[in-house]
Amino acid sequence: MKLTPQEIEDIAKLARLELTSKEKKKYAEELSVVLDYIEMLNEVDTDGVEETSQVTGLEDVVREDEVNECSEETKKKIIDQFPEKMGKLLKVKAVFDK
Amino acid sequence: MNLNELTIKQAHDGLKKGDFTSVELTNACLARIKKRNKKINAFISVFESEALEEAKKADEMIATDRQQELTGIPFAVKDAINTLDRRSTGGGKILDNYISPYEATVIKKIRNQGAVLIGKSNCDAFGHGASNENSMYGPVCNPHDEKRVSGGSSGGSAASVADNQCIFAIGEDTGGSIRQPASFCGIVGLRPSYGRNSRYGIMPMASSLDTVGPLTKTVEDCAIVQKIIEGKDEKDATTVETQNLASSKKKLRVGVPKEYFEVEGMDEEVKKIIEEKIETLKKQKIEIFPVSLPMTKYAIPVYYIVVPSEDSSNMGRLDGVRYGVQAKHKTLYDLYAKSRAEGFPEEVKRRIMIGTYALSAGYYDAYYKKAQKVRTLIIQDFNKIFEQVDLLITPTSPFPAFKVGEKKDDILAMYLADVLVAPAAVAGIPAISVPAGETKKGLPVGLQIIGSRLQEDKILRLANLI
Repeated sequence: MKLTPQEIEDIAKLARLELTSKEKKKYAEELSVVLDYIEMLNEVDTDGVEETSQVTGLEDVVREDEVNECSEETKKKIIDQFPEKMGKLLKVKAVFDK
Repeated sequence: MNLNELTIKQAHDGLKKGDFTSVELTNACLARIKKRNKKINAFISVFESEALEEAKKADEMIATDRQQELTGIPFAVKDAINTLDRRSTGGGKILDNYISPYEATVIKKIRNQGAVLIGKSNCDAFGHGASNENSMYGPVCNPHDEKRVSGGSSGGSAASVADNQCIFAIGEDTGGSIRQPASFCGIVGLRPSYGRNSRYGIMPMASSLDTVGPLTKTVEDCAIVQKIIEGKDEKDATTVETQNLASSKKKLRVGVPKEYFEVEGMDEEVKKIIEEKIETLKKQKIEIFPVSLPMTKYAIPVYYIVVPSEDSSNMGRLDGVRYGVQAKHKTLYDLYAKSRAEGFPEEVKRRIMIGTYALSAGYYDAYYKKAQKVRTLIIQDFNKIFEQVDLLITPTSPFPAFKVGEKKDDILAMYLADVLVAPAAVAGIPAISVPAGETKKGLPVGLQIIGSRLQEDKILRLANLI
């Protein structure tokens, strides 16, 4: 599987990673090597094999959907770390264009 | 013997008898860190004044008969684990300024005993790596040879224990990140069964594989810490109530899987050291059987699909919006893309991109689904063997610690460093690395013991004999 710098650019855009053109070239080569290696799994016959998505064997672990208030002190610690804020509110750039 | 060289057991007994105080013990560790951190680089943050405060409180606990097993014992925590009111960078610059407002469950359990949090240990950023060269705070050097790597990703945790900068440490193991550095640094490291120890508060990488466990100087210490940190936690739905570690005296049947000794790049000296250990065990009346695990070689390709896929999703939370370092930006897209470009090292970017690709439309079946099916076959491989034997013995790593820079540009070679530790991780079963000897150059070699799910007691029993 050979990835092109253009494909890397598309993936990076989806993943929200800014890359230089030098990086795009480098990652295209490196990721191609990894994907080639992973191809090895195609040797394995997996017809009729179930997928494993968890290993605990636990089923339906549920809890009450309750709000646990955190202390004013903890709230302050979280708010103090907002990169940009207005009072107690997190300030972000507009999501939609006007 | 200097105080910082003590084991948990020895330090506990000394504190109990009043031979020394926790303040003295903590000062001994701090002095060692001061002397060595420039060279070894095992710590990203050291909490000198806070640690001494905690040590004073511990001394009061001891003086008033409230001593528990870890009271007054200085320990280090991998920086990718959240510690209340302490800087927790995860080894990545995107969290350079992050002070955690909460504490991981396992750390809470340890600190509730009055243990002294001395600092946060260096690691490959957010657990991504096998050499600690992917930390944005510089590589960790191996205390046995400073030109060589500590292993990773819990490299700082392993090096700090091996270099006596603390008494024990806590690390994470997703694909080998406790066992491999423990092996390179010559200490004991346990990856518990998936779900045995709560991951609440651990910065997640691959949620279906992540575990947290102890790195210690002895097997006895490992059992002490493991017993304290395990158990069900309502904040981690994968956790289970566990049986006591105290175990039966039933004779152990041990398998030696041939595939683990035949991997590419297997160092002859390492192989010989492990084989000699197996011979010694035979003399101690442990039954040894040659066994075969034909799916072994597929663990790494499975790992490098499953992990990046889950990883790319987990890393999504690190975007510079709510906490951490926000890059200068003009648009919302820039905020994300620049913060992540500046705040992640190369390996994190690589894995995010592999995962994004593997999960994208049209590729999901070919990659992720296929890998999850092969994962089932790897588990079945182990299940079959564990009907015949209780435990497996293997080398932890095909080779001892390699030189800093040696594998850094060869992505695949670095990934394959985990070839012997990844299978147990993929299967979610427990495994330990214990020191088995040294090469002629004086580099430690680790022996791995793998057990079936929740059979840590058997693993520790056999590890005690190594």
